[in-house]
Amino acid sequence: MHESVGQIIISALLANNFVLAMFLGLCPFLGVSGRLDTAFPMGVATTFVMLVASLCAYGLNLLLSAFHLEFLRLISYIVIIASAVQLVEMVLKKYSPGLFRALGIYLPLITTNCAVLGVALFQTAREYTLAQSLAFSFGGGAGFTLALVLMASVRERLQLSDVPGVAQGTALSLMLAGILSLGFMGFAGLGG
Amino acid sequence: MSLENSRNWDEFMEGIWKQNPTFVMILGMCPTLAVTVSAMNAISMGLATTFVLVFSCLLISLMRNVVPKEVRIAIYIVIIATFVTAVDYAIQAISLALYDALGAFIQLIVVNCIILGRAEAHAAKNPPLPAAINALGMGAGFTIGLLSLGVVREILGAGSLFGISLFGASFQPWVIMVLPPGGFFVLGSWLLLFAWWAKRKERLAAAVEVNQHA
Amino acid sequence: MSIDALPPEATAAQAASSTPTGAMIRTLGLVSAICGLIIVSSYQGTLSAVQANKQIAVERAVFKVLPEAKSIVEYQVTPSGVSVITGELPAGAVKFFGAYDDAGKLNGIAAEGGAKGYGDTVRVLFGYKLDCQCVVGFGVVSMRETPGIGDKILTDKDFLANFVALDAQLNKELSGLANEVKTVKHGTKTKAWEIDAIAGATITSRAVGRAINQSAQALLPLVVPQLDKIRTKS
Repeated sequence: MHESVGQIIISALLANNFVLAMFLGLCPFLGVSGRLDTAFPMGVATTFVMLVASLCAYGLNLLLSAFHLEFLRLISYIVIIASAVQLVEMVLKKYSPGLFRALGIYLPLITTNCAVLGVALFQTAREYTLAQSLAFSFGGGAGFTLALVLMASVRERLQLSDVPGVAQGTALSLMLAGILSLGFMGFAGLGG
Repeated sequence: MSLENSRNWDEFMEGIWKQNPTFVMILGMCPTLAVTVSAMNAISMGLATTFVLVFSCLLISLMRNVVPKEVRIAIYIVIIATFVTAVDYAIQAISLALYDALGAFIQLIVVNCIILGRAEAHAAKNPPLPAAINALGMGAGFTIGLLSLGVVREILGAGSLFGISLFGASFQPWVIMVLPPGGFFVLGSWLLLFAWWAKRKERLAAAVEVNQHA
Repeated sequence: MSIDALPPEATAAQAASSTPTGAMIRTLGLVSAICGLIIVSSYQGTLSAVQANKQIAVERAVFKVLPEAKSIVEYQVTPSGVSVITGELPAGAVKFFGAYDDAGKLNGIAAEGGAKGYGDTVRVLFGYKLDCQCVVGFGVVSMRETPGIGDKILTDKDFLANFVALDAQLNKELSGLANEVKTVKHGTKTKAWEIDAIAGATITSRAVGRAINQSAQALLPLVVPQLDKIRTKS
């Protein structure tokens, strides 16, 4: 409500990290964080979609509120997000086909990334202004990328370690995520 | 007729055990970790998701022959979003306290990979009854997954179950369990347990074989 | 990790023959109609129940901070006047609740405020009485603070004692509070407008202080000069 743009960015990036504190964007977090060179572009693509979604959601909300059609909010948000993802796909396919292929099925899956819809829903619930909304989505996307990159770095290192058979795979990723989340709790209160 | 029944039963059980969304397919992670701070929240979320799953799959299956391939994903999403909106209002009408506890994750059911995945993989290719039964099984499996987390986190992190205090006032709750890291640790532990159990079965089966050949 | 699959739509469009546009539009229209019907009927069907729930929750919250009150009226106030709330809040208006006793006399007013705490926003409702120009109680409307730590604001007796007579006087110009409501470190409270934070739960305590301060600064300068207009329930 009365938070400054800087406070919002820092908070969404660290203290209320989308993945490690708010549990948004977990499916790609557990799925794409195996390698650093796919994790980072995925984070950037998601951040871009978040910014577009945030902008469109703000405009849509103004429109729907003016006509008292709030019950159409969810449907219109998700349709806008699906379209934004299509746009990003087309742009990537044209300008960076290698990256497009590397991200593969995970690119259209950004549509079902809770973090993107989450940005739209949270900014509406908190009644942010346009500047606050964009700051929120930027910080959130950056936080998502940060968590993804951290996870990928650790997992790459672990591939050379002697992990017990029962713990391999998703169980290990989850334990790692828990430790990362624990660490990020130390940022509590940062950003007002 | 009994063959049909056993096939329906298989459809139902598939979602509960062999293709359990939480423990086997690792889908729908966001709500699984976020709302399982208490058993009550876990079960409510599970029921809400099951409702959306069953009705969406039913409608999608009924329309499977008229939906054009090019726009099918968009149409599935719109149908799912419709039922999520309905559930959202239903929960508000039932209990505002529950609505506040589940928060934004009710509306986030729309992007729960389980539903879209089921629609694409199953409902779009099967008649309504098997589609609905399969969806029901998946929803039940998901609810079981949520409950197993919610029960553990609530008992350890708050000393209660469904709001009923178990250990009395002197119990020092393991607060981390109801915080984000706890969610990750508990789910990781469950997966570890299942992996260990599967390995043990393998070892015992191998030992039995060796004995048979010896 | 190299995944060769292209997005499903691309392969589908390439493989099968395209659906004629007319059929596509008809299907999209049909889907929109069905979905629209479901959404609108569920919205209308639950509307009265949802509004009733919200009303009950609000009343319960106000009666908790102003225990002698028996009924409430929701008002909106602007620099030019006070009126009962009807639908949309006009720009620059602030809404609040007037709480009346059995005889229809104004017992106090209550208003909501919110500020970011450790988790998401902490929303509080506080009660204010004109005779002492002070906050007389607060309740939490919604919060997502750490159980066992942040949620102590609900039960900690010393913290709650802060709000029995929290000074919220207006300054001489009636443009804002004479002294802003502030949360101070545990054990350092010296003034009547300060809130002693809970040791170990500073962030949540600060959120409560900020929420009350922000709301009071916006509301009281508008309402207090016009309180006579709502002294008795109309």
